Amino acid sequence: MRSGRLYALVALNGFRRHATYRTATAAGIFTNTVFGVILAYTYLALWHQRPHLGGYDQGQALTYVWLGQGLLMVMATMGGGFEDELTERIRTGDIAIDLYRPADLQVWWFAGDTGRAAFHLVGRGVLPMAVGSLLFDLALPADPVRWLAFLLAVALGTAVSFGIRFLVALSAFWLLDGAGVTQMAWLAGMFFSGMLLPLNVFPGTLGEVARALPWSALIQVPADVFLGERTGRALLGAYAFQAGWALVLLAAGRLLQSTATRRVVVQGG
Amino acid sequence: MAEGSAAVGAAHRAPAVPPHLDRPERRRDLLAHGLRCYGLIAAMWIRSTLAYRASFAMTLFGSFVATAFDFAAILLMFSQVDSLGGYALPEVALLYGTAATAFGLADLVMGSTERLGRRVRDGTLDVLLVRPVPVLAQVAADRFALRRLGRVTQGALVLGYGLAAAPIAWTPQKVLLLPVMLVSGAAVFSAVFVAGAAFQFVAQDAAEVQNSLTYGGTTLLQYPPTVFAKDLVRGVTFIVPLAFVNWLPALYILGRPYPVHLPQWVAWAPPPVALACCALAGVAWRAALRSYRSTGS
Repeated sequence: MRSGRLYALVALNGFRRHATYRTATAAGIFTNTVFGVILAYTYLALWHQRPHLGGYDQGQALTYVWLGQGLLMVMATMGGGFEDELTERIRTGDIAIDLYRPADLQVWWFAGDTGRAAFHLVGRGVLPMAVGSLLFDLALPADPVRWLAFLLAVALGTAVSFGIRFLVALSAFWLLDGAGVTQMAWLAGMFFSGMLLPLNVFPGTLGEVARALPWSALIQVPADVFLGERTGRALLGAYAFQAGWALVLLAAGRLLQSTATRRVVVQGG
Repeated sequence: MAEGSAAVGAAHRAPAVPPHLDRPERRRDLLAHGLRCYGLIAAMWIRSTLAYRASFAMTLFGSFVATAFDFAAILLMFSQVDSLGGYALPEVALLYGTAATAFGLADLVMGSTERLGRRVRDGTLDVLLVRPVPVLAQVAADRFALRRLGRVTQGALVLGYGLAAAPIAWTPQKVLLLPVMLVSGAAVFSAVFVAGAAFQFVAQDAAEVQNSLTYGGTTLLQYPPTVFAKDLVRGVTFIVPLAFVNWLPALYILGRPYPVHLPQWVAWAPPPVALACCALAGVAWRAALRSYRSTGS
């Protein structure tokens, strides 16, 4: 398993690389906390008017806010992952060098992005959550199994997130300037991941569509696992939903990658 | 690079305003010079943006949609409730519109200062120091992004809806207060942008701290003050005076009491508060610029 070791190193490198930005991480934690406080109060006002809105009680709603802040960077909901770099490499033609490497393009970037996500889970997830639990009454699970179930949902969520962003980045092969697609993906991520408001608060058909789209695997599903809304068979259903989208998106990424690679050869770089 | 760093050193030692020329008329000249330079640089970026009209139209639309999602979240909330913190949708729309428009204007004019940390880090700030143009004007006009008009437009549209739909007992004073509030609010946010940029001289990677006050501030002001804890409201009234951007004047227009007791005339305080903020931000900027040490790269 030499290649396994290689990708593990790439992942470790992704972790280390983001760990070097200490001031940025501290500043990010501060920002996540400020936004967490603001959002928590608006949710309090909302749940004060409508207790049990979306099936959450007040403590769950507040916990949802802080989970969203903690997962924002892990899931790269607003960008900030590898995609800008990959788009740039495609635009400049440096991608040709990557393709000559004895490593698979998709797996390489996936490994690096996994390292990045792992760092942000520790670096930008834990502290805002801790501050949030000091300031507000959060519904933190006492059962360690549920914490593990949550971590698995987060891992599957990062796979879906990578799948989406890999497709977005590869679109640069055809569009050259990926800015437009990146922005659209970013907007969809913001709106449909449940970052602005839990998706089960979205009314009617909009809610149903939002919950069926892949972005709900990023924040809504892990949050529901954490809040104990998905247990037993429903938990397996949640995992199946995330894994299903991850497979579809990663397979689409592979297909697009092989098509794109042929293009590079035709154009000579 | 010896020559380059020597020049930077020289630019350093000479403060922006030589002490013997630090007289009011000289200051006015400098301000005019700075504004003219800002205008020239911004115009250059606008020309370059408009060279690709389709691309510009798309990014303008993108900026509009991106900010519209903020308001979509509020609309989604109001699909479930009739009031938030005791305020109906048109009243929240008025708060949202005033905050978003004021912030949008500040972002259009000063938003580029967010990128200062990157320039400090990669050493490209040095190039700006050797030019005979005020550094702040260059940093603020750098990559002037006309697409940010999308944000202003979106804010203004929501404001229009709020003004039309909210039950307001209009008086001439209230009509006058509206533009005063928007301009002062934009000035307060601009001061936050400049102070944040000054902080980035010290902590180069800390652009997000600035975001928490700019983007976080406007998010806060989009909701009624009754939603937040009294201490938080006191904090943004007396410590970081964001409440003067829209809460205090807008609540006067709406005829609503402010949760923290204050006399009614504070509705007219935004202009002097904005001036004080700008002065403080200016002092912070100068101190930061003077303490700047190049990376030497």
